[in-house]
Amino acid sequence: MLEFAFDARRGSFHLHVECRFASEWTVIFGPSGAGKSTLLRLLAGLDATASASRLSARVALDGSLLTDSTTRLWLRPGHRKTSMVAQQASLFPHLTIAANVAYGLPWLDEKERKSWVKELLQFAGAVDLANRRPQDLSGGEAQRVALARALAPQPRLLLLDEPFSALDGSASDALLARLKDWAHEHHIQTVMATHDATDALATSAEVALLHEGRLAALGPAAAVLASERLRLLDRLR
Amino acid sequence: MDWQALALTLKLAAVTTAILLAIAIPLAAWLVLSRSRWLAVLEALAALPLVLPPTVLGFFLLVLLGPRTAFGRGLTALLGHPLAFSFSGLVVGSVLYSLPFAVQPLVAGFSSVEPGLVDAARLLGASPFRLVTTLLLPLAQRSLIAAAVLSFLHTMGEFGVVLMLGGDIPGATRTLSIVLYNQVENFDYAAANRTAALLLGMSVLALAAIYLAGRTRGGRRA
Repeated sequence: MLEFAFDARRGSFHLHVECRFASEWTVIFGPSGAGKSTLLRLLAGLDATASASRLSARVALDGSLLTDSTTRLWLRPGHRKTSMVAQQASLFPHLTIAANVAYGLPWLDEKERKSWVKELLQFAGAVDLANRRPQDLSGGEAQRVALARALAPQPRLLLLDEPFSALDGSASDALLARLKDWAHEHHIQTVMATHDATDALATSAEVALLHEGRLAALGPAAAVLASERLRLLDRLR
Repeated sequence: MDWQALALTLKLAAVTTAILLAIAIPLAAWLVLSRSRWLAVLEALAALPLVLPPTVLGFFLLVLLGPRTAFGRGLTALLGHPLAFSFSGLVVGSVLYSLPFAVQPLVAGFSSVEPGLVDAARLLGASPFRLVTTLLLPLAQRSLIAAAVLSFLHTMGEFGVVLMLGGDIPGATRTLSIVLYNQVENFDYAAANRTAALLLGMSVLALAAIYLAGRTRGGRRA
């Protein structure tokens, strides 16, 4: 279970949310500029100390505190059992795809690491890319590899920030479905930010509606996104 | 040609460059990655030798390392000899004087690494040391080469700090730039020409090597 409360200001933007995500898969839905990426970065522990003086924050995962600004607890990224896949795949350009996926696994011996990397690339549909370089990949391929890399350290919390925007609709849906199964099997709580209502509705997940830095609603997708669903159906007619 | 001075100059430049890189790499990484409020002060201090006249820096160091200060007396007692007018003293002065020439290219190179890559590495648990060695340095190779070559050349050509702090002791503190000064003072223009040509040739060759490395490696621009 993920619990968090943030009160953060950046310029004229004010993020003020307090929430508890109990579901295995939660979608944060909102238009561009609603604060989705800011929220995910704060959950990941990125940027936290940058604005510490203007930030009130508390994050707990399964009861363990990751961030608590009142006691100046800021667990560093990489120490929070949290992985993140952003819209930009940000693969390390000087490493092969296999080395990219293995980057977060320095403690594993080589045999175990190779086997785990292969399994992850197979899951992401990118096993044929293992020896290639990021600059030789399409946007969609890079996003598949970024997902495999994020899953490699076996996180407890997976944050996805519009992670499959470069994949076509059917490929994105297929990967999302596989990821849901993987997350369930490996006990990974997933929070995905999107501005695309079809993505939010496709997963039948718990949906948090974010509007101008505030949480406007939280509940089942069909209820929270009823108006978005009607709008999409209208478009199809 | 004063071969002894040439050897001493190369030794001074090599030792200074090695020490400078050991200091400048973590310092530049900290300047790029940290968000400390003291950042601006440290950046200013690291860049200070760029605008400070070398003789002023040399004078301050001469006083600081000499018997007039408690620090200088303590250091002399610790080492068993004064640091001023010795090769070690020259190294200290050279490191301080050439610091910006090592730090600035590295800061520029590290800053050019896409922030998303740094975030990705941090999320994957990279320690600051691993972040520097596996991400920043490989992606800023050209800046590293530039920092090393500029530090080396700047140390080879320095005059003010060397003269103030080291004087002109053959085999200990007499570098090529001091030799050149002496040759001109003695109206030995033929020898001065050779010394100056050597310094000029080495500088041109080293700078050409930087640009050539940049083109062939396709590295990032500093």
